[in-house]
Amino acid sequence: MAQGLVHRILDSDVWWSFRRSKVTMVAATVTAIMILSALFATQLAPQNPFDPGSLLLMDSFTPPVWEEGGSAKYLLGTDSQGRDLFSAILYGARVSLIVGFASVLLAMTIGITLGVIAGYVGGTVDAVIMRIAEVQLSFPTVLVALLINGVARGVLSPERQLNLAIYVLIFSIGLSAWVQFARTVRGSTLVERNKEYVQAARVIGLPPLAIMFRHVLPNVMGPVLVIGTINLAVAILNEATLSFLGIGAPPTQPSLGTLINVGNEYLFSGEWWIALFPGLTLAVLVLAVNLLGDWLRDALNPKLR
Amino acid sequence: MIVFVLRRLAQSVLVMFVVAVCAFSLFQYVGDPVNNMVGQETTAEDRDEIRRELGLDQPIVVQFGRFLVNTVQGKFGMSLRNSTPVSRLIAERLPATLELAFVAALFALSIGVPLGVYTGLYREHCASKVLLSLSLVGVSLPTFLTGILLIVIFGVWLGILPTFGRGETVAIGFWRTGLLTWSGLQSLVLPAITLGLFQLTLIMRLVRSEMLEVLRTDYVKFARARGLTNNAVQFGHALKNTLVPVITITGLQLGQLIAFAIITETVFQWPGMGLLFIQAVQFADIPVMATYLVLVAFFFVIINLTVDLLYYAVDPRLRIEAQAKG
Repeated sequence: MAQGLVHRILDSDVWWSFRRSKVTMVAATVTAIMILSALFATQLAPQNPFDPGSLLLMDSFTPPVWEEGGSAKYLLGTDSQGRDLFSAILYGARVSLIVGFASVLLAMTIGITLGVIAGYVGGTVDAVIMRIAEVQLSFPTVLVALLINGVARGVLSPERQLNLAIYVLIFSIGLSAWVQFARTVRGSTLVERNKEYVQAARVIGLPPLAIMFRHVLPNVMGPVLVIGTINLAVAILNEATLSFLGIGAPPTQPSLGTLINVGNEYLFSGEWWIALFPGLTLAVLVLAVNLLGDWLRDALNPKLR
Repeated sequence: MIVFVLRRLAQSVLVMFVVAVCAFSLFQYVGDPVNNMVGQETTAEDRDEIRRELGLDQPIVVQFGRFLVNTVQGKFGMSLRNSTPVSRLIAERLPATLELAFVAALFALSIGVPLGVYTGLYREHCASKVLLSLSLVGVSLPTFLTGILLIVIFGVWLGILPTFGRGETVAIGFWRTGLLTWSGLQSLVLPAITLGLFQLTLIMRLVRSEMLEVLRTDYVKFARARGLTNNAVQFGHALKNTLVPVITITGLQLGQLIAFAIITETVFQWPGMGLLFIQAVQFADIPVMATYLVLVAFFFVIINLTVDLLYYAVDPRLRIEAQAKG
C-alpha cells in the first residue's frame, strides 16, 4: 500500500516536472529547511531568547561573527538586550509560519464553504456572497486585515489584546483572504453541479449538504492547492507587514516582522544587523514559497504541457 | 454605452453603500461614544441627556440616514485621540499621500513599460533574463524591507538622501506641496522608489507577457510581411495592443498604491493619510478609521469606474459587443 503510493508519486507528471526544474528543487529545499528549523527551534537555538536569565546585557549590540568585535557565541550578533539574533530569528520564523499556515487554513475553510454553497445553491445566496466578495476584492488584503485588526483592538481590553494578539492576527489575515478561494471554488462548482454523478446523488435523495461537501467538494479541490501555496507567501508577508507596523505579533512573542520593527530603531546608530538578518530571512522564505507556488501552478495546468 | 455606464454607476453606488454601512457599524458597535466623551463621575441622567442631544436614542435607520448626510457633506466627526475634526486632519494629510502615490506611479510606469517591452522583444538576451529574475525578487520583497534597505544604503552608508519626513513644503491654497522645493523633491526620492518598486515589477512582467502574446498574432506577422519597419511593427502595432490590460492593471494598482502608502509612510515617517490611519488603528480611534475607510473606498470606486470607462474607450471590440447585445 505504502509502496504503491510512493511508486505512484515517483511515476507522476508532477514529480517529473519537479525533478526537471532546478530552481524549484532549490526552493523546496530552502522551504523545507526553514520549516524544519522553525519546528525544532527549541532544540536548534543556542539560546532561549525569551528566558531573561540567559541574556547577558553586557553582550548587547555584539556585531556578527565576521565583523570586528564579533563573538563566535553569537553567529549573527545580538540586539539591544543581548539576545542572540540567530535564536531570535529561529523563534520568530516559527511565529511567522504558524500565523501564515493558520490564516491560510482559515481563509481556505471560509472560502471553500462559501464558494461551494454559492455555486451549488445559486440564486439570491450566490448573488449576496459574490457581491460581498466583490466589495472586499476592491480593497487590498493588507488594508482589510488592518481594519479587522483595528476593530478587534476597539472591542478587546488592552491586556486581552496582548494575550490574544496572535489569534487576532490569524483571524484578520485569514478573513482578508477568503475571496480568492471562494471565487475559484464557486467557478468549479458551477461546472460540477450539472454533471451526472451529482444528478445521480440528487435522484437517490441525498440531502444538499451531503452532495455539496461529500461529492462536489473533493472534485473542486485541485486549484485550491495552488491558490493556497501562493496565498501562504502573501499571508506571511501580510503578517510581517502588520507586525512591522506594530499591530501584529507583540514584542513578547516576536515574529520576523516584529524583529525587523525592533531593529529598525537601531538602523541609524549603525547596528544594521538587527533589522537586516530577520529581513533577509523573511525575503528568502517568501521568495522560496512564491517559486514553489509558481511551479505548482504550471505543473498542475494541463494547458501548459 | 449608456446602459453600460449606468450599470457600472449602480455597482459603484452599491460598493459605497456597503462601505458606509461598515463604517457606520464601526461607530455603532465598537465602544460607546458617550463614554468616550464624558468622565467617570458623570451620572446616568447626564449620560442620557448627552445621548439625546447627540440623537443616539433615535432609531438606527434615522441615525444611519444622518450619518450618510454628514458624510456626504464632509462632516466626519471628531478624532478621539487628538480631538480635532477628522476632516481637518485628513485635509492636512491628503496632499502628502497623493503626491507620493502619483510620483510612485509615474516612476513605476516610466521604467516598467520600457523594461517590459525590452524583455518581451529580446527574451533570449542575457539582460532580459537577469531583469526577469530580479523582478521575482522584487515581488517577494515586502515594501517595508525595500524601504529599510534603501534607508541603510542611501541614508546611512552613503548619506546622500534624506530618509525622514517631507522636507520643506510650499502652500498653494490649502494644498501644501513638496514638489516645488529642492529638499521636498529630495525627500520624495526614496519613498517613491519604495512605493513604486513592487508596481514596477508587476507592470514590467505584464507588458512582457502581453508583448510575447501579441507578437505571435497573425496581424503582426502580416505587418512584417508587408515590409513595415521593425519599429513600426513593434511600437505602432504590437505595443498599442498591449496597452489595454496595462491601463486596467495600472489603474487598479493606483488604489493599491494608496493602501501600500500606509507602510511606506510608516517607514519614512511621511506625514500622509497612511500614517494617520496607522496611528488610528493603534489607538482604536474609530472616527479616523471610518473616515479613512470611506475616503479610500471612494478613491477606489472612482478609479475602478474610470478604468472601466477608459477600457471601453480604448478597446473597440467592447463597443461592438455592447451594440450587438442591444
